[in-house]
Amino acid sequence: MNSQAILPQTTPAAAMIRTLGLISAICGLIIVAAYQLTYDAVQENKRIAVERAVFKVVPAAKSIVEYAALPTGGVEKIGAGGSAPAGALKFYAGYDKDGGLAGIAAEGAAKGYADTVRVLFAYDLATSSISAFSVVAMRETPGIGDKILVDKEFLANFPLEAKVSADLKVLANAIVTVKHGTKTKPWEVDAISGATITSRAVGKAINDAAQALVPSVVPNLDKLKEKP
Amino acid sequence: MSQATAKNWDEFMEGIWKQNPTFVMILGMCPTLAVTVSAVNALSMGVSTALVLIASCGLVSMTRRFTPKEVRIAVYIVIIATFVTAVDYAIQAISLELYDALGAFIQLIVVNCIILGRAEAHAAKVSPMPAMINAAGMGVGFTIGLLSLGVVREIFGAGTLFGVSLFGASFQPWVVMVLPPGGFFVLGAWLLFFSTLERRKQRKQRNLAEATQNA
Repeated sequence: MNSQAILPQTTPAAAMIRTLGLISAICGLIIVAAYQLTYDAVQENKRIAVERAVFKVVPAAKSIVEYAALPTGGVEKIGAGGSAPAGALKFYAGYDKDGGLAGIAAEGAAKGYADTVRVLFAYDLATSSISAFSVVAMRETPGIGDKILVDKEFLANFPLEAKVSADLKVLANAIVTVKHGTKTKPWEVDAISGATITSRAVGKAINDAAQALVPSVVPNLDKLKEKP
Repeated sequence: MSQATAKNWDEFMEGIWKQNPTFVMILGMCPTLAVTVSAVNALSMGVSTALVLIASCGLVSMTRRFTPKEVRIAVYIVIIATFVTAVDYAIQAISLELYDALGAFIQLIVVNCIILGRAEAHAAKVSPMPAMINAAGMGVGFTIGLLSLGVVREIFGAGTLFGVSLFGASFQPWVVMVLPPGGFFVLGAWLLFFSTLERRKQRKQRNLAEATQNA
């Protein structure tokens, strides 16, 4: 009684805990409901986004299958909703309407001018070259760095040679970006004058991913040839 | 009934004109400057914030009687974070492109000062109906604010409006408009415009008052 006379406004601990507990329970229910209601649509959206991106760089493809290029050298199919094992590189095999292999695509990333530039590139098995690329995400300066998507001279770098070495371990020639106007080899990327850093990021992203991808894929072509 | 309608209308209009969060209270500047590079981004950011604002203010108002003041901030933040998460999932379900364009700013709605400000200063003191009407007004006001920036920046910076090309292929984009400095330029221009309007109104009222006094 005495303490109440001194501190008449004290809020009982039980009331605070009850309120916080009740609010958290209600909020938990709302979050779980929102997650479950949107789950299917979100997954479907993600699948469509990947498919659309792959079809852009492998125009002949009509359907895709996800594979992982294992660090030990093999390839392995990734089941629906599964993810690539640790250390493996995920790639997409695009199949044409008859179920034949149209091309493969993989994602690469490298630091650009403002942030990481993430690209998706297509590897053409018939010509052993990088046939095209597109940007998955970048924050490069509009009007400068983003010219990599429209600059005609830069796009003329593709197809870009990416042959595998004789021992099937690495690329025969690493893909490098060179200063504008100094390209002499078919595996060099001619940079855009004024957007050298972004051009270099594209070259490095493709090189890093292709070094891991191509040596694993080339010896396993038979496994990929027919749509599973 | 008409008196109640008029009161609701006043409650709603407060956020759109007299207390506009963007142009009068200058609140929520972080998304205002960052995502308004296009009209679509501005509109979806505004609508998302408005939905969170309405739902949060409704729930804060419903629970106001049994929320001890010692824990009220925690309660508001949990409520706001809940609705932000729900909106986050909803946007992912509607369009991943839009989700990527808005980036981290969807999650940052949790700490948008307009929402916490409305919960603390208004919703915690009134019943759910006026709280939600006021929140809707604020949400619409914020959306109008974002759109005023987004439309101007998209027209000058990309030559398009809602993705539709306005000037044809010969248009040379004014690139700075879609860069961060462009956000400040356009915001400054709008603030100048509104304060000029306000000043003109005040001068007119003063002149009127003097005229009636002289008469």
